Amino acid sequence: MRALDRKLLRDLRLIWAQALAIALVLACGIMLMVAAQGTQRSLEQTRAAYYERFRFADVFAQATRAPRALLPEIAAIDGVALAEGRIAFHAVLDIAGMEEPATARVVSLPAEGGAILNLPLLRTGRMPDPVRPEEVLINEPFGEAHDLVPGSSFRGIFDGQLRELTVTGWALSPEFIYTMAPGTFMPDDRRFGLIWMNEAAAASAKGMDGAMNDVALTLTRGADERAVIDALDRLLDPYGGTGAFGRDRQESHAFLDSELEQLAGLALFMPPVFLIVAAFLVNMVLGRLIGIERPQIGLMRAVGYTRAEVAVHYLKLAALIGVMGLVLGWGAGWWLRNGMLALYGDFFRFPFVLRDFNIAAVVISAVLGLAAVLLGAMRAVLAALRLPPAEAMSPPAPPVFTRGWLDRLIYGLRLRQTSMMILRSILRWPARAAITLFGVSASIAVLVASYFFFDAMEVMTDSVFGQGNRQQVTLTLNQAQTLSVLDDALALPGVRKVEGAYAVPVRLVNGHRDRLSALQGHFAGAELSRLMDDERGAVALPAEGLVLPALLARALDVGPGDRLRVELLAAPREVLDLPVAAVIHQSLGQEAHIGAPALFSALRLAPQVNQIHLLVDTDAMSALHAQIKRTPAVASLTDWSEVRRQFDESLGENLLTMVAIYTVIGVLIAIGVVYNAARIQLAERSHELASLRVMGFTRGEVGFVLVGEMMLLSLLAVPIGWFLGGWFAAGMIEAVSTDVVQIPLLISRRTYAAAAAVVVLASLVAALMVRRRLDRVELATALKARQ
Amino acid sequence: MRDESITRSAVLRVEGVTRVFRTGTVEVHALRGVDLALHEGEMMVLLGASGSGKSTLLNILGGLDQPTQGRVFFRDQDLTRVSDTRLTAFRRDHVGFVFQFYNLVPSLTARENVALVTEIAKNPMSPEEALERAGLAHRMDHFPAELSGGEQQRVAIARAIAKRPELLLCDEPTGALDSKTGIKVLEALDEVNRDLGTATILITHNADIQRIAERVVVLADGKVVRDEPNPERIAPSEVSW
Repeated sequence: MRALDRKLLRDLRLIWAQALAIALVLACGIMLMVAAQGTQRSLEQTRAAYYERFRFADVFAQATRAPRALLPEIAAIDGVALAEGRIAFHAVLDIAGMEEPATARVVSLPAEGGAILNLPLLRTGRMPDPVRPEEVLINEPFGEAHDLVPGSSFRGIFDGQLRELTVTGWALSPEFIYTMAPGTFMPDDRRFGLIWMNEAAAASAKGMDGAMNDVALTLTRGADERAVIDALDRLLDPYGGTGAFGRDRQESHAFLDSELEQLAGLALFMPPVFLIVAAFLVNMVLGRLIGIERPQIGLMRAVGYTRAEVAVHYLKLAALIGVMGLVLGWGAGWWLRNGMLALYGDFFRFPFVLRDFNIAAVVISAVLGLAAVLLGAMRAVLAALRLPPAEAMSPPAPPVFTRGWLDRLIYGLRLRQTSMMILRSILRWPARAAITLFGVSASIAVLVASYFFFDAMEVMTDSVFGQGNRQQVTLTLNQAQTLSVLDDALALPGVRKVEGAYAVPVRLVNGHRDRLSALQGHFAGAELSRLMDDERGAVALPAEGLVLPALLARALDVGPGDRLRVELLAAPREVLDLPVAAVIHQSLGQEAHIGAPALFSALRLAPQVNQIHLLVDTDAMSALHAQIKRTPAVASLTDWSEVRRQFDESLGENLLTMVAIYTVIGVLIAIGVVYNAARIQLAERSHELASLRVMGFTRGEVGFVLVGEMMLLSLLAVPIGWFLGGWFAAGMIEAVSTDVVQIPLLISRRTYAAAAAVVVLASLVAALMVRRRLDRVELATALKARQ
Repeated sequence: MRDESITRSAVLRVEGVTRVFRTGTVEVHALRGVDLALHEGEMMVLLGASGSGKSTLLNILGGLDQPTQGRVFFRDQDLTRVSDTRLTAFRRDHVGFVFQFYNLVPSLTARENVALVTEIAKNPMSPEEALERAGLAHRMDHFPAELSGGEQQRVAIARAIAKRPELLLCDEPTGALDSKTGIKVLEALDEVNRDLGTATILITHNADIQRIAERVVVLADGKVVRDEPNPERIAPSEVSW
C-alpha cells in the first residue's frame, strides 16, 4: 500500500466517529431512496405479473341488464381481444357467529370452459361444481376471517331470498386486490367478501337468465382504449350501461396505483435533503482536517506531489465516507424494502411477491451519494490547493476577532464572558454556524413533515367520522324509494333517528375531460351525514348547482361558475347541465354533491332516497342486525364504528411505523450535525477550554461554552426548522397525494413542539457526548503544546 | 533572610512528593521525593534543566496534577488525593497561573479575558485595576491578536492577579519574549509580589532571572539540589538577558 493511502486510512481512523456520523446521515437518504424505489418497483412488477397470469381485464362496464347475445358484438369492437359477460351484484350475508350482516360482491363464473378473464386463483379447495347451484368460491381473507373452510356453509340474501351456500374453496383475484365495501374507505375482510358462483345460479338469483350486467374485456396491442370505451358505451347504453372505464378507474387498480405513486413520491422527495446535509457535513469535517494538515499538505507539495495527487488524496477520504454511507444505506434500504414488501404483500394479498433486485436504484443512489460527498469535499480541497507549499507549512494565523456592529450590540447585553465566547465564536465562523443551523433545522423539518401526518389523519378522521358521518349505521337500499321509506326505517328496532340521502353513479363531463363519480344528494337539515370541508367545517348546500371536492374540480378543470354535463348512469338516466357552485377541500371522497331540492327539480321527480342513515340504541343493535338480514330492500349495512375502527387500526399502525423511522432519521441527522460541529469546536478550542479549567472554571462551566454554543444554534434552528417543515410537509403532500387521497396541510402546535423537542434533545445528547471528551483533555499538556 | 521566611507561615507545602508517569511499560520518575514550602509573600524562582521536573512540580503545586506519592498542603488543608471538584475550587479561589504561551481566549478582548476570572472570583479587583497594575490600561479593548507578545503576557498576568490570589504560579512567563518585553513582564510580576504580597513561584530557564527572587530552588533529575535565599535581590530592570 502506498504511504499516502496508509495516511488516508489512519486519518479516517482518527475521525472515525465523525465519519460514521456523516455516513449515517447519507445512509438515511440512500436507505429511503433504495427502499421506496425498490418496493415500488417490486410491487409494480408483482402486480404486472399477477395481472398477466390471471388475465386482468383492460376495460370494464356495468349495465342494468344486457342480453348475452350482445357479447359477440362487443368482442367484435375494433381493438378488443377477449370479452366476457358476467352477472355481478352486491348481497347481504348471514354468517354464523356474526351478529351483524356482512356484504359481498357476487360474481358469476362462466358455465362452459370457465372464466377467460379476471381468473380467480384457487388457493385451497376446488372450483364449484357447475351443476350444483349452492356451491361457491369465496375470497381467502373473508374465508380466514370467518373460518369458512371448504365444506362449511353460510346464508346469502339474494333479492330477498335466503339461500344456503356451500364453500368449495378459497380464491384470490387480480380484480380485487384492494377490496372495499361500497361506501367505506378501508378494506374490511370480516364485513366484506367476494363470492364466485356458477353463472346459472347467479342468473336465477337475480332473474338474469340469458342476460348479463357486467362486462370485462382485454385490448389488442396498440388498441385505442378511448375508442373501445366509447364503442362499448354505445352498445350498452340501451341496456342501462353505467359507463365503461379502463383500469385507471377500476377501484382495486386505482387504489394500488395510488399507493405506488405515493411510494415513488417518497423515493423522490426526502432523500435529497439527506444528501445535502451529508455534503455540508463533509465540507465541515474535511475543511477542519485540511486545516490541521496544512503543514503536511505543504510538505507533500514540497517533496513533489502534484496538486492533483493531493486533491485526489483528500477526495478519496470523502469518497471512503461516501462508500461507508452507501453500504450502510443499501443494507438498511434492502432490509426496509423487504419489510415493506412483506407488509404490502400481506395487505394486498398478493399470491406471490417478485423481489426485483433494482440495479438502477443502486447505481443512481451510488452516483448521487458520491456526488454529494465529493461536492461537499471540493471546497475544502480547493482551498488547500491554493496554498503555496511554503505558506502551507507554516501554521495558520490565529483567528482574528474584530468588533463589528453586531459585537457592539452584544456588548450592550452585558453578558458573562463565557457567553461572549459563544457568541463571538458563532460570529467568527458564520459559515460553520450556518451549516449546523441548517443541519439541525433540516432534521426538525423532517420530523415536522412526518409527524404532521398525525394531524392530517386527525383532521381527516374528525371530518369524516366526527363531523361528516355521525350516524351509527347506514343502510343502502337496492333501489331508490319515496320518502315514506324513512318512516319504515324509523320503525326498525332501536332506531332513534333517520335521515335519507340519495346517491347515483354519474359521469361528469367538461369538454374532453370526464370523470366517473357519484352524485350525492343532500336533504336540507341533515344532521347525521353532512358535507364537510376539511378547513371550514360543515358546508351548507347551495340552492342550486354542484359542490365539488378540489381534486375532482381540478381533474375536470372547472371552478365555481363553470357548467358541467352530468350523465346519470343509473335510473332515471338523465343528462343534466348543472353549474358548479362551490369547490371544497376534502381529503377523502371524490363525489360530487348537490342539494336534494336542486337535484330533484332538475330531474322533475318527487324526492327519493336510496341511503338511510340511522342513530340506533346500542342495546338494540343485534335486533336491528337480525331484522336487516330479513329485509330484502336493504342491499348493505354499514356500521360506522366498525369502519372507524378499521380505519384507525390500519392507518395508526402504518403511521406509527413511519413516524418511528423518521424519528430515527431526524435524530441521526441532528446528532450527525451537532456531534461533528462540537468535535471540531473541541479540537480547535481544547487549548482555550483547558485554560479555563486551569483558571478554576468547573467542568460544568467549561462544558457550557461548548454545549452552550451547540444548544444556542439548535434553539435558533427551531423556528427555521418549523418553517422548513411546513415547506417539506407541503412537498410531501405534493409527492404522496394521488387522485384518491388529498392530505390536508394542517400542522398542529403539538407536532411543532414534538419535532423541536426530539431534535433539541438529540442535539443536547450529541453535544454532551463531545463534552465528555473535554474531561479527558489533560490540563497540563493542553497548556504546553500549541497546535 | 532565611530565618525571616521561616517565621512567615507556609502557604503551600509539599512533603516527599513523587510523580511517576507511566506510558505502557515505561516508567518516568519526574519527581523523586521533593520537600518544599512556599511562604507568604515570598518570591521564589525555580530553576532547572529541561526534564528536571519543574513543570511537574508546578502542576502539582497548582492543583493541576496529583502526586504519585507524598502530600501537598495548602495552609492547613491537605490537597493530596482530593476530588477534582475540590482541586478546581482551590485553583479558582487561591491560584493565579501565568504560562509561557499566555493562554488567552482569542475571542475575548483584554478586559474581557480578565473579566472571565473576576466573574467567578470571590473578592476580585476590577478588570481595569488588574490591567492597570500590569501596565496595560491603554490596550484594554484590544483582542489578543491585536496585541504584542509582551502585551498578551501582561494581560495574562492581569488575569492571574485579578482574583487577588494567594499564589501566583508562572511557568516560563518570559520564555517566548525578547529581553525588553521580558523585563516589563518581570516588573509587573515583581510589583504584584511586593504590592499585594502574593506568594509567587517563577519557573525559568534564564539563570539571571534568579537574581530578582528572594529564594532560589534548583531542581535536577526530580530532586531539589539547591534551596537557598538570595540576599542581593535586584530589580527586574537590572536583569541581563
